[in-house]
Amino acid sequence: MGSVGAKDVPQLLDANGKRIDGRGLEELRPLKIEAGVLTRANGSAYVEWGENKVMAAVYGPREVHPRHMQENTKAVVQCRYNMASFSVDERKKPGLDRRSQEISKVISEAFESVLFVEEYPRTSIGIYIEILQANAGTRCAGIVAASVALADAGIPMSDLVPAIAVGKVGGKLAVDLRKEEDNYGEADMPMALVPKSGRLVLLQMEGHMTAPEMAQALEMGVRGCQQVYEVQKDALKRRYAIQRPTEAV
Amino acid sequence: MEEQREGRRPRREGRRPDHHRHHDRRPDHRSEHRGGPPSPASHGTGPELTNERILVLPGDEIDARGLNPGYGTYREGGKVFASVMGIVSLRPPIARVIPFSGPYVPTVGDMVIAIVMDVGPTYWLVDLRASHYAPLHHSGTPWKIEYGECGEYLRPGDSIVVQIEGIDPTSRIMVTMNGDGLGKLSGGILQMVSPTKVPRIIGKAGSMIKMIQQYTGVKVVVGQNGRIWLDGSPEGILKARKALQIIDVEGQRHGLTDHIKLFLEGKEDG
Repeated sequence: MGSVGAKDVPQLLDANGKRIDGRGLEELRPLKIEAGVLTRANGSAYVEWGENKVMAAVYGPREVHPRHMQENTKAVVQCRYNMASFSVDERKKPGLDRRSQEISKVISEAFESVLFVEEYPRTSIGIYIEILQANAGTRCAGIVAASVALADAGIPMSDLVPAIAVGKVGGKLAVDLRKEEDNYGEADMPMALVPKSGRLVLLQMEGHMTAPEMAQALEMGVRGCQQVYEVQKDALKRRYAIQRPTEAV
Repeated sequence: MEEQREGRRPRREGRRPDHHRHHDRRPDHRSEHRGGPPSPASHGTGPELTNERILVLPGDEIDARGLNPGYGTYREGGKVFASVMGIVSLRPPIARVIPFSGPYVPTVGDMVIAIVMDVGPTYWLVDLRASHYAPLHHSGTPWKIEYGECGEYLRPGDSIVVQIEGIDPTSRIMVTMNGDGLGKLSGGILQMVSPTKVPRIIGKAGSMIKMIQQYTGVKVVVGQNGRIWLDGSPEGILKARKALQIIDVEGQRHGLTDHIKLFLEGKEDG
């Protein structure tokens, strides 16, 4: 990131303080969630967030494979975050790489703290996140999709988990960075939280922020998560709308 | 096989073998804020405190009115919250959420349709759609089997009707094939529905299932785990299967029975 010459860096904020795609600093990209899109999985969700397209499927609780990963007192949460080879501009080499292994691990740990894992000893809860199209913020989109899929699967959990990235672009804090802002901005901080308790279950950061900026970024993230949370709840309610009797002819 | 299979048979209270008691105590073993497994048999165990259908999502607070939190709920800071998506049920003494979807939670006494997954020398491993496979020991079958000859009686892929005899605290499930209405299924087809919709499939005192049998002429065996066996004429099977699919998708709808009746009479599409 540091090697990019100053003249190559796009203007991330215009004179009116609008971002490269015309958004305000605290404005999210359009977010669309659909629950229960796959019939084979126990639960599923599809998320379109800006230009991100993410599919999540959930299985379990079921027998643990490989067997040695089984835990006698709780369920293991096995998450697989995977980017499709066609999800980015240059073809991505398929399969797990260091980045996706790390993301799989942090997402597993985020969900382990909201799922009632002690209820299902010696089982595994499988979360599969496929990034079909990427435009920055895919781990957040993946968490958003996965938590809707978990609720769709009826796996007991303490709350839904919204997620959002807060970053610094053109010297200003902004939520929900898109690709250019992520690539040329000064900082990117994805976070996921439990809205009811305000507890953070994922917090990572790349780049630089001052301590006061960080505090402000967290507040902006909490507000952003609230908006995401509402969309998640709406998706689930639409999936199981209580149907009123239709007039029989 | 007898056609009519009630979803929930009267439990043999009072003469359970000792190991069943583990299961009875299970709610206490679980983490302190959680209740026991869902009991679809709860129809009529007490008056419902409200007729309102309240839809909750994980994390939503429930007005439990002092009732004990049951399945689909948890307690935190003196308040009760939903842990699954579903409809709130307040039947004293339990406040629970009737989930729209979810894993099959095995309960002692349940009659389920299992599929043989693996054959051992003296037992089979069967899949109940629960979180674990269950061993079916050869002594739990009506046959006299020599060591190593289990594969001659049941092979992987076979469907059998079994009853859950016991569950230990680490959720190991014991099943038996000895009993009324239990045994191997041959012919027919299996239809899967969500285990949480089984009470709707059966209906009050078996009314829904009776209606499906009456209109289609197929034999129906309902497993509490959401596997349903249908046998009869091809047209009958297709129609019964479609009816089951409607119930599975629209289980929470008002006026479901009338809707299914119109569908079976051919007056309404699914």
